[in-house]
Amino acid sequence: MQELKARALELLKNGTVQRVLGWRIGENTYDPEPAFFDSEEAMKDFVYNNFCAANLSKYMIEACKLEGKTLVCLKPCDSYSFNQLLSEHRIDREKAYIIGVGCKGKLSIEKVSQAGVKGILSVTDTDPLQVTTLYGDTTVAYKDAMLSRCHVCKGKDHVVYDELIGESEDTVDADRFAEVAAIEAMSPEEKFAFFQAELSKCIRCNACRNVCPACSCRKCVFDSNKFDSTQKANVDSFEEKMFHIIRAFHVAGRCTDCGECSRVCPQGIPLHLFNRKFIKDINNLYGEYQAGADVEAKGPLTSFTTEDAEPSVVSQGGIR
Amino acid sequence: MSVNEEFRPKIVAFCCNWCSYAGADLAGSSRLAYPADVKIIRVPCSCRVNPMFILRAFEKGADGVILCGCHPGDCHYSTGNYYARRRMTLLFSMLDFMGVENGRTRVEWVSAAEGVKFSTVMNDFVEKIRSLGENVRLGDLRCKN
Repeated sequence: MQELKARALELLKNGTVQRVLGWRIGENTYDPEPAFFDSEEAMKDFVYNNFCAANLSKYMIEACKLEGKTLVCLKPCDSYSFNQLLSEHRIDREKAYIIGVGCKGKLSIEKVSQAGVKGILSVTDTDPLQVTTLYGDTTVAYKDAMLSRCHVCKGKDHVVYDELIGESEDTVDADRFAEVAAIEAMSPEEKFAFFQAELSKCIRCNACRNVCPACSCRKCVFDSNKFDSTQKANVDSFEEKMFHIIRAFHVAGRCTDCGECSRVCPQGIPLHLFNRKFIKDINNLYGEYQAGADVEAKGPLTSFTTEDAEPSVVSQGGIR
Repeated sequence: MSVNEEFRPKIVAFCCNWCSYAGADLAGSSRLAYPADVKIIRVPCSCRVNPMFILRAFEKGADGVILCGCHPGDCHYSTGNYYARRRMTLLFSMLDFMGVENGRTRVEWVSAAEGVKFSTVMNDFVEKIRSLGENVRLGDLRCKN
């Protein structure tokens, strides 16, 4: 962290970059938040630890509209999102100075409380986590506190960067498509019951949309065209019902599977399942494709082959 | 729907202007019968159909939605139906994944010369939807109403 902070400060001072996009100390030790830093004074609050899970690539859309370069800290998985935005011409590579930061798997305070720890006062990001609670001290194994997306990590190589700082550790210990396959194996009644239970928790806060680097339209179908203040309310019943299918479809073929949607959902809906189902189908039908891996690659939904499968494959046993 | 009445499904058929709509026209002028439950919506090309159109049709009470376009390779705009094919495959797979009966959605390629095919396809599709019954799942996924 100190090396990263020192380097960021150096680049800020020598004028290479006008501002730094990173994480700032939050209210607690475990909730750092994304922030821009434009002075040495502001950099005092700069932090990078194992709780810094937020994907900063989406903030680059706004940063690229500003004067001068922005230093952005990207984790390996964030670099895929950055590349995807580059290929969609939403951001300007020339306006970004990318420091690829190491990642040992990101932690989630929700996972810590799910492990049965109550009254958390402070927590370290070490292995194991040393947790101070109202009821005494305890420890939680690092793997148990890790975000579920990190268990199915895409890899620790940055696909785009100017320089690398910090070490990474492999965290994969599960099959990326296991959850999706488990649902596919259910009967239609079971599938419907599962999604009905999950989706009826939705409060339409739009956090999944707002955090998603692929959801970057200037004008969103879910926004009210009349009142800014009603943007978070459902404008008609259609949106309410179909929101999740549409949200997932709009990012199909562009989703890098960064897992931010599931991380930010206040209701704990496993939103990544929709995205991952699309990714699984695309891989099966149109060949392996990882959004953001290659800036020049054509997306699976903006290309075709004459030999593509007919939609009837779905009713003939489905895509497995 | 009263108890004694036969279930009459509501079916939306998106037909491309150049092939399938002309196919439907031919079916009509050839006096080929297909159920009146099918409501045709003409679109410029099968790829004009946004997946939201299909969801919207279900939301508004459709029991089945069918998309008809030119045969692959015969698109008036050269490649539109190829894009539609990928899009619909993924959408149908997602609906299936969420537990919606997969017979409720269908894509068929019907050319302007295939009046007979149009009529057969529609008869078959209506029969399928009749057997599936009323659409309850996609009308309200969150079951708030």
